[in-house]
Amino acid sequence: MEMLIQATQPSPAVLLLKLNRPEKRNALNNATLQYLGQLLQQAEGNPEIKAVVLTGNNQCFAAGADLTELAQMDAVALRADIRPQLWQVIDQFSKPLIVAVNGYALGAGFELVLHADIVICGENAQFALPEINLGMLPGAGGTQRLGRLVGQQLTMRWAMTGEMISAQQALQHGICCQISPSALTVQYAVELAEKIAQKAPLAIGVIKQSVKSIAETSLSQGLKLERQNFVWLAATQDRQEGITAFFEKRKANFKGV
Amino acid sequence: MDYQSILVEVKQAVGYLRLNRPKQLNSFNVQMHEEVAQVLKAWSKDPEIRCVVISGEGRGFCAGQDLGDRVVDPNADAPDLGQSIEKFYNPLIQTIVNMPKPVICAVNGVAAGAGANIALACDIVIAAKSASFVQAFCRLGLVPDSGGTWFLPRAVGHARAMGLALLGDKLPAERAKDIGMIWDVAEDVELQDKVQQLAEHLAKQPTIGLSLIKKALHQSSDHSLQEQLTLERDFQRIAGRSDDYREGVQAFMQKREPMFKGQ
Repeated sequence: MEMLIQATQPSPAVLLLKLNRPEKRNALNNATLQYLGQLLQQAEGNPEIKAVVLTGNNQCFAAGADLTELAQMDAVALRADIRPQLWQVIDQFSKPLIVAVNGYALGAGFELVLHADIVICGENAQFALPEINLGMLPGAGGTQRLGRLVGQQLTMRWAMTGEMISAQQALQHGICCQISPSALTVQYAVELAEKIAQKAPLAIGVIKQSVKSIAETSLSQGLKLERQNFVWLAATQDRQEGITAFFEKRKANFKGV
Repeated sequence: MDYQSILVEVKQAVGYLRLNRPKQLNSFNVQMHEEVAQVLKAWSKDPEIRCVVISGEGRGFCAGQDLGDRVVDPNADAPDLGQSIEKFYNPLIQTIVNMPKPVICAVNGVAAGAGANIALACDIVIAAKSASFVQAFCRLGLVPDSGGTWFLPRAVGHARAMGLALLGDKLPAERAKDIGMIWDVAEDVELQDKVQQLAEHLAKQPTIGLSLIKKALHQSSDHSLQEQLTLERDFQRIAGRSDDYREGVQAFMQKREPMFKGQ
């Protein structure tokens, strides 16, 4: 199990997860997703961990779902599949999830990237939804999350053709926030995670919640949620500390309370 | 591997590729494209090769597209020239530009049309004194392709690029050097030796560093100063992790010649 994903802590507050099935180009079988969910749940319960970075290797983030697994399933088996629940666990992770993509992120690999809060791409990153070439459609939110990110035109085109999307295109259309030289992608993602880990964790949590609600609610509901979060933060010590440190011209020392 | 339209040789960590259709002044047909692409792609990935030299066999360097392949029947539909550019010429230019090691072009004779622009895509161009460059496209009603409209203004400036591209005149090697379009000119009989010396020198240099220099220079024309400064920081981070950098510093401290491995 440990071999599917390598977990390390480049700094005390950051968990770095590396998909580790290079011989299968990091294809996302159920076992991998399940293990990823477990690791995220552990990170959820560990107050020391403030942010998670997820990556693959230099050639490949993840080249898709595990087709041998998928090929054996008929409609009935797919209805009972636990996979949607595995994705849900990842979606519900409440701490910042940063994905560092080098090389291919295809199909389910791309959909996993779309679960991230922040994405940093290496120059060699390439995305695609090639499910159409197998007579399928993206089954883990590809049509939905990509559609919300880049709109109907590009989503239809990319999902209907399976065309490759370059790192440049990804940046241009908001699929990632930064392109870095491939040799530095993971380092920069970890540095970003460390930067976020310095901030007030409760505020980070509600920022994530508020931003993610964009896709779930109307503007007026979203504004209400944002306001509630705003008011709620006023009850935290970190907010006091943040404001006091600002006036005293020193660095704030946040404790997550 | 046997090739019909190119000659290939590897020695002293240098890959030599010679276009070999001398009767047609080494103009490109489909087969030559396929062979060149195959060789350059393999060399691009081969760590044993640390410098690439491209030149032509016979009296010309390369006359661009073989027009014999593109005879236009006046009664037929207009040909789609974009197709061969997309399939062959553009990938070739990309392969040269993205080659993570220096590419020298030894222009042994006339370089016309795409042939001239393939030369301009290389990192260091050395031409024989009798060689010349011709942006022949305008004479046929075409547009300089293979990166011509990109490389030319960057190499020689707007005014000269316009003159060269709109008039299609023959530009002698000496003049090409004077206006900064190419690096150097050699006496015809000395061209091969000079190029070989240069290639063998480059093949002993810190290849990763050279490839990053090449990449940085190529990206500079799309970048603001701020973006380029960021890129220099990134690339220096990568270069600083190479074995060759360590060796370079050690050799300097120990006052000896460095032994770079390209790693």
